[in-house]
Amino acid sequence: MAAARAVAAGYDVTGVHLALSRNAATHRTGARGCCTKEDAHDARRAADVLGIPFYVWDMAERFHEDVIEDFVAEYAAGRTPNPCLRCNEKIKFAAVLDRALALGFDAVVTGHHARLGADGLLRRSVDLAKDQSYVLAVLNREQLGHSMFPLGDSTKEQVRAEAHARGLAVADKPDSHDICFIADGDTQGFLRKHLGSEPGDIVDAASGEVLGRHDGAYAYTVGQRKGLALGRPAPDGRPRYVLSITPVSNTVTVGPAEALEVSQVEGARTVWTAGDPPTGPIECEVQLRAHGRPAPAVVELDGTAMNVRLRRPERGIAAGQAVVAYRPDPAGDVVLGSATITTAS
Amino acid sequence: MAYLDHAATTPMLPEALDAYVATAREVGNASSLHGPGRCARRRVEESRERIAAVLGARPSEVVFTGGGTESDNLALKGIYWSRRTELRRRVLAGAVEHHAVTDAVQWLADHEGAEITWLPVDGTGRVLPEAFAEALDDDVAVASVMWANNEVGTVQPVAELAALAAARGVPLHTDAIQAVGQVPVDYAASGAAALTVTGHKLGGPVGIGALLLGRDVPCTPLLHGGGQERDVRSGTLDVPAITAFAVAVEHAGKHQEQHAQRLAALRDELIARVRAAVPDAVLNGADPAEPGARLPGNAHFGFPGCEGDALLLLLDAQDIAVSTGSACSAGVAQPSHVLLAMGADPAAARSSLRFTLGHTSTPADLDALLTALPAAVDRARRAGLSR
Repeated sequence: MAAARAVAAGYDVTGVHLALSRNAATHRTGARGCCTKEDAHDARRAADVLGIPFYVWDMAERFHEDVIEDFVAEYAAGRTPNPCLRCNEKIKFAAVLDRALALGFDAVVTGHHARLGADGLLRRSVDLAKDQSYVLAVLNREQLGHSMFPLGDSTKEQVRAEAHARGLAVADKPDSHDICFIADGDTQGFLRKHLGSEPGDIVDAASGEVLGRHDGAYAYTVGQRKGLALGRPAPDGRPRYVLSITPVSNTVTVGPAEALEVSQVEGARTVWTAGDPPTGPIECEVQLRAHGRPAPAVVELDGTAMNVRLRRPERGIAAGQAVVAYRPDPAGDVVLGSATITTAS
Repeated sequence: MAYLDHAATTPMLPEALDAYVATAREVGNASSLHGPGRCARRRVEESRERIAAVLGARPSEVVFTGGGTESDNLALKGIYWSRRTELRRRVLAGAVEHHAVTDAVQWLADHEGAEITWLPVDGTGRVLPEAFAEALDDDVAVASVMWANNEVGTVQPVAELAALAAARGVPLHTDAIQAVGQVPVDYAASGAAALTVTGHKLGGPVGIGALLLGRDVPCTPLLHGGGQERDVRSGTLDVPAITAFAVAVEHAGKHQEQHAQRLAALRDELIARVRAAVPDAVLNGADPAEPGARLPGNAHFGFPGCEGDALLLLLDAQDIAVSTGSACSAGVAQPSHVLLAMGADPAAARSSLRFTLGHTSTPADLDALLTALPAAVDRARRAGLSR
């Protein structure tokens, strides 16, 4: 549909499907989201309907190195990565864009739900439920300068209705959601296969007491409550949550809900999208996970580091996720910049 | 539009199309006993005789199929199944065969207990007769070596190989899809036991082909049913397609020599002009100057530092249709097994492009190509070889 709108706007469009797996058939045989032969077929059909050329670009090796290996390494280091964000940063708006520019194209067009206006500012989609500006906030201005998101002005329903009216088969496809390279949706199983079993202790944050054992710290995410299998309740009878993961000692630390609360977040690898980076603290909103709600905060930059003071505490902030700063705006909240969360306290 | 991909498919000849349309207006199942059935049967048998005459076969040796892939599969699986014993389960096949052969052979190995010997080729893609002779043994059920290669156009020494095979009592199948119409093809003179030919590479329709199969060559059918085609290939005969196929084969046979001369001249000009425009372009395959070594309509180049896919995209944008010549699955180009077997490294294999000429090709096609090619090569070089 993004291609259809670009064609309708008068652009000379070429369709590209990314082959991200060497053996595509093993990826998502259920055909949801991306990567499978069936999806390539659907994309090819859509290109035929639009009357545009269509090619498959083999990005499997780059994807493996930059996204899948990074995903595994991040979990091994006790962090919770977002592979979609990494794919945008390293594949779609880097490897693909570079190749496209070299071949004489001007921009990469994708179906992400976000708005990118003539002012060069990235804004949330009009469809807040489908907004994907969070996973695009890693893009720098050079990358955004060669990007187009024609779907950001519409709701998902409008896009689907339009696709249907244009006779594009994708109209009835299920939404893509989970991780495209984990075919069965079993992230834990995927990590176990790559990282192996590594038993360690589950420790109480307050007492330091060992409450149980785990098979690999990578199976846990900050804020997680289910699946701890501690076998006995806390002395106060209240539920316990994962507070932190320490790869060096291979321990998972648990504690009560309020211990999850943080008001200070540090980020690294800052990308500032909207104008020049601020020289002092600025009031704005931040989003701390893919589908999180915006939270008021004060953001300050120190070189490539980002310091975030939350106006009220937030729970379950995991290292490895992105912190994205937004400026509230009636015409769509504006992405200011992003960083990768290193610590939260 | 400049169409330089005749090895993929070539336009139907006007007379073949006319024959198709005229016949498609008629009713009649060639197996029916009534008047319309007899009329259809007569068309089929006349077509069979015409094809047999052109290709040096007896009419009873022509088995109509649904095309080249089916003919290759029928020959390899059918002959293997018929001849397989505990001690005879080896299949010999050229390393540069089309996937219709390599994948059928691989399937026999994976599911039917076959043992494969891939026959090595030299740097031009030619099967080495010494290696073939060495591989021939009492345990070989069937051997397959194509008449001419679809990617680099190298012509194989089929008669020499067939004589070696016959001396050991091994049936040799040859896929002559690219050869018929471009080089002389005579089934009986070649000594092959089975030969594949298809309609749409020589100006006939897609979806019709034949396997020339000796009466004494045992072959288990893939398709069972009405017992058509001497019980080897059941299925209602496609009378219009068979009629048009025969017209095209006859045309190909009658005009082969002058067609080849015209294509070779055009092809040699293409090679000279590509080399002048892109001095480091590497011609793959046999020397075009060596008589009979290469299909007259084939030019296959490596463009160092470029990805064939990128060149294809850039030329396509200029309405010039070429091919990387490699097989696609989900559209993902793998380095060509043909070039790899010829000794190319994977990067060189991925930097290549195939230009193939046919009956509608003109010097204007070359002009269009050479106008667009230098800029396309520059651009593709800038994009480089992606990892």
